[in-house]
Amino acid sequence: MKLLRLTWLEIKIFVREPMGVFGTVGIPVLVFVVLGRLAGPALARAAARPGGAIPAALPVFASVMMALSAVGSLVTIISIYREGGILKRLRATPLSPFDILAAQVLVKLTFTALTLLLMLLAGRRIIPPEARVPWISYGAALLLSTWSTLSVGFVIASLVPTARFAQPITAVVLYPMIALSGLFFPIDILPAPLEFVARGLPLTYAVSLLDGVWRGEPWLAHVSDVTALLVIFVVFTAISSRAFRWE
Amino acid sequence: MSRQPVIEVSGIRKVYGRTVAIDDVSFEVNQGEIFGLIGPNGAGKTTTMECVEGLRRPDRGRIAVLSLDPRREARALQQRVGIQLQQAQLQKRITVAEAVDLWASLYRRHVDPIALLERLGLVDKRRAWFMTLSGGQKQRLFIALALIHDPDVVMLDELTTGLDPQARLAIWEMVRAIRERGKTVLLTTHLMEEAQRLCDRVAIIDRGRVIDVGTPAALVRTHCPEQTVVVIADGDAASHFQAMPDLESVVVKDGQITIRSRRGNLVTDAIACIAEHRIRVSDFRTELPTLEDVFLRLTGRSIRE
Repeated sequence: MKLLRLTWLEIKIFVREPMGVFGTVGIPVLVFVVLGRLAGPALARAAARPGGAIPAALPVFASVMMALSAVGSLVTIISIYREGGILKRLRATPLSPFDILAAQVLVKLTFTALTLLLMLLAGRRIIPPEARVPWISYGAALLLSTWSTLSVGFVIASLVPTARFAQPITAVVLYPMIALSGLFFPIDILPAPLEFVARGLPLTYAVSLLDGVWRGEPWLAHVSDVTALLVIFVVFTAISSRAFRWE
Repeated sequence: MSRQPVIEVSGIRKVYGRTVAIDDVSFEVNQGEIFGLIGPNGAGKTTTMECVEGLRRPDRGRIAVLSLDPRREARALQQRVGIQLQQAQLQKRITVAEAVDLWASLYRRHVDPIALLERLGLVDKRRAWFMTLSGGQKQRLFIALALIHDPDVVMLDELTTGLDPQARLAIWEMVRAIRERGKTVLLTTHLMEEAQRLCDRVAIIDRGRVIDVGTPAALVRTHCPEQTVVVIADGDAASHFQAMPDLESVVVKDGQITIRSRRGNLVTDAIACIAEHRIRVSDFRTELPTLEDVFLRLTGRSIRE
């Protein structure tokens, strides 16, 4: 109950800052719509061909951007809360450390779901109706991916010294993750050390899962991705619970 | 007072890296008093208080608050202790009412939030965002959050730092009101005037150690017993004053005679002297040492350095 109460309050507080909402929800939707407009006719032709389907790269890329913007936003909020002594003040109440941080995760997941919903609405005009997309399943895959990636956010938040550094450090850590995620080229063409790094990062499995679910593959075919996302969440959360600073 | 002290601190020590923040700090706080930890910035007041609050674990020593251990029995203690942290903030866009309601929901029992805001003069601000509040309003909100669950003990860290004199007076009244309700207050301040006017007893802390504990008046009597009388008088008054017993010094400067003594009753003697010699006096005032002077005497440094 405490957790839900705090989450609801944090959602209300988040919505009161228009720029924050625009950055988290607006930009991914905008990118999706603009890219969709540009690629729309080609997509329609591709889908219209016998046995054709919408290429997964566009929605998966948009989804990865959503997950990463959630992580960036999480790191920023945590570092602002830490710097302002808000974390310390919340911690000096009967709220458990888990409640305080989990509320932020739930806020991010809520807005990720909302963003996906808006994309779905905007996508009606881009993605032809004959393309059958498993939205519910895709939404679940996105939330799982975002949740797992947020654990990286906690590690970054543990390292960020002040709120001023939150954005640049987050960018430095997150953008290479996109390059290594397998979204643009298969990771097995990478040199061995980089491939090793890529296999330790959540986006790699997130991309594989999202791509598969978009194409209509069953979840059973992606048990290894789901397992990897869970393991990564546990590992990164364990690291951050040791490194996390409340003040 | 025969009852168990509300707060007992004995021999606590806390080290950060190579810096000894506090060492061998001991004091007791009794039921219903306002007890101040006083000293300059960096003396170890906040570290001491955060150990008592259970936010930090002392490396050594023992603390009991309401006979509970602040760290091992934190959950039980949280319900009975209200705290205000130094330089704390809340979410910029949380409203006053939301903050108070959230806090109320976290405790097993709580007072009526609206009545509490009324008492603290914040009821008109209940829909205002935290970021729009003045410094005094923010501090009053933090007092509200410290009091929402009707705690037995209230701990206030540098409550009036950065406030203008008027807001400071208002906050002092609120702290006295907390005591009137039978609560025990532990506070820190580097403002000696605040300590002198607000605290029933104080512990003077310097460089991580408690130098002395007592009522402000008793500390002044013990460490700064000198009395000073300043007189502006006609003619040869100074020579009459010089004949008085137990004097430390008589200094005449700019027509003003400053008489100092460490013993006896300087004020009575001075008045008797004036009456006896029919000295015409146009001004007569006494200067009493303050905690500020006590600190200077004990440490050889001014608290403002």
